[in-house]
Amino acid sequence: MSTSNQSRARILQRLRNNAFAYQVESTRNNLQPDWTPEEKIRQFTDKITAVKGEVIQVKRDNWQTTLSEQFSRKNLKRILVGDNALGEQIRRDNPQRDIGLYEQSIENFKDSLFHQIDASVSGCRCAIAETGSLVLWPDAAEPRLLSLVPPVHIVILESQQLFNSFAEVVEKQQWQNGMPANALLISGPSKTADIEQTLAYGIHGPKQLLVLILSD
Amino acid sequence: MNAAKQAFLKRIDDALHNPQMRRNFRKAMDGIRSKRAEQFIDDDVLQLKRDKARIIRTNSLSKQAELLEKLEARLTQNGIQVHWAETAQQANEIIYQLLNAAGAKTAVKGKSMVSEETELNHYLQQRGIEVIESDLGEYIIQLAKEPPSHIVAPAIHKNRIEVAELFQQFHPDIPYTEDINQLTATARQVLRERFATADAGISGVNFAVAETGTLCLVENEGNGRLSTSAPDIHIAITGIEKVVEKFSDVPPLLDILTKSATGQPITTYFNMISRPRQPGEKDGPKQVHLVLLDNGRSRIGHDAELLDTLRCIRCGACINHCPVYVHVGGHAYGNVYPGPIGIVLEPQRLGIEQAGALTSACTLCGACGEVCPVRIPLPALISRLRAETVNAQQGMASDNTLSGKGKLRTHSEALSWKLWSWLNRNPLVYKGFTRLATRMRFAAPSIPGWSRYRTSPKPAPQSLKEMLKQNGLRENL
Repeated sequence: MSTSNQSRARILQRLRNNAFAYQVESTRNNLQPDWTPEEKIRQFTDKITAVKGEVIQVKRDNWQTTLSEQFSRKNLKRILVGDNALGEQIRRDNPQRDIGLYEQSIENFKDSLFHQIDASVSGCRCAIAETGSLVLWPDAAEPRLLSLVPPVHIVILESQQLFNSFAEVVEKQQWQNGMPANALLISGPSKTADIEQTLAYGIHGPKQLLVLILSD
Repeated sequence: MNAAKQAFLKRIDDALHNPQMRRNFRKAMDGIRSKRAEQFIDDDVLQLKRDKARIIRTNSLSKQAELLEKLEARLTQNGIQVHWAETAQQANEIIYQLLNAAGAKTAVKGKSMVSEETELNHYLQQRGIEVIESDLGEYIIQLAKEPPSHIVAPAIHKNRIEVAELFQQFHPDIPYTEDINQLTATARQVLRERFATADAGISGVNFAVAETGTLCLVENEGNGRLSTSAPDIHIAITGIEKVVEKFSDVPPLLDILTKSATGQPITTYFNMISRPRQPGEKDGPKQVHLVLLDNGRSRIGHDAELLDTLRCIRCGACINHCPVYVHVGGHAYGNVYPGPIGIVLEPQRLGIEQAGALTSACTLCGACGEVCPVRIPLPALISRLRAETVNAQQGMASDNTLSGKGKLRTHSEALSWKLWSWLNRNPLVYKGFTRLATRMRFAAPSIPGWSRYRTSPKPAPQSLKEMLKQNGLRENL
């Protein structure tokens, strides 16, 4: 659009005139926590349960049983999982439940996703102890809306993937080298305080968030 | 008197006489302040975090042109289309044309103060595109046909009964309730269909990362993610000052933003968008656009002192701690941005004739400067702008950066200060004046403006100097 280009040129010219030399001062940077694995699990659990997230610690070789129990306990009938090894496994482990893979494009799937799914299960890339956050990089197998639309979202988190802080994740995983289409930090079920500053849970995103933390 | 100033004083008067609104604001501000305080118990840590945030933002502002070009290059490489708008009108037109080309008739919208600046909703509505605000606070004020009264909590001025009555009016099928959980459930139910069927999603941007070409959005409700992931086209609009250089700049800014704004260690969601739907992916918008809006920001940057205004990360902490705001609320300011950041930004954005009177809505208490996460020297900027409203001399901002300098100067005020200054420089005249004031104290005139809401001060029967002399202190002349 030619107007956009003219605007661009004028804006940039004005901004170039504003440019000034600036020496970035270094600051003391010991603001990052550095916890033991057990402390990280405790911090993560405290933070996410404070905002009504649920956490269950499970053994790495036994999480499937807990997951199945939770399906019953929460009365989840139709469950959506990713089109990947995790999804396939959950389907195999729960043959009597209606578990579907997110294998179609949203265009063919919207009605079902918005109206008929009770819960979804996904993995996550890693997690952050300081803020009680899960890090997800949605992809072809586990798309964006999987962790957003169904009213209950269950996440399988490997405890070894629990980092101290967001800054640590960004640095250690070198996010500056390239970002996916969508990356997310999820820190609890959805909430709002727009009416009288009073917290109410379960507005547009999931009403419940359950994290199964896998360790020895 | 300047017309805008007169209207402003009237709005303040109306606000002060609205006890319900004042109660709502008192409660809201006290709550939000104590939540923030809980996040910053260690003051040393807080000051370090503020330094870090200031440095990151100042670095961005020092090379905006370079960073915006880099941002544009990376976004384009990632498949996101970038558009530039000098004015609000241009931004609205660009967005309209994009929606029109896509055949979009409905758009769900996440919260964006920049879109309030441009009055985007109105522009699109006039051209036949329905815009649905999806953030609960924005949805409430959309129903009420009111502007936001706060930059983070737009419906902060409404209590639950007012919301219940609004919902009853617009969702008559749903039984009346004042229960906040049920009102929230109503909003979820009503808006769900809109997310599922909207043709387009519109959002703001909290940080735009030049290094990776990433648009970052902060939210609690999930409406932002839904608006930017469910529809086929996503249009983001942002002010040009929001660009940051590196991805490593993001964690410290996110941390101090959420803690300063709502007293949360983090918001429910932090959404980082770098590309449209990729081949093989099953959802996400097929088109993603970013509109970069200038609307006076590049002009502000010419002045080395006023430039600090642009460090703002829109947390609202200054607003929450302002003693004027708590008493008059956001609507009294009459412009897009209220509170301390508003009275600094609006005169620069809109000019002194339209917004200069706002600079008087300040007690110079300094609280705003103390809580600003990026250390904007708000009290100094407010004083500076106050001077600009009445002083057209050189040494102040040029017409390039600030329009209408000196336009609020009145002869009577200028004369009063000249007289006062002369009085204090002349010992004999001063002596005569104090004698007159003390001896004629009961005939002291009321002070216009001051005595509207307060009793006028009465001079004491003796001046301090007379009292000291009486008590044996020798005058040192």
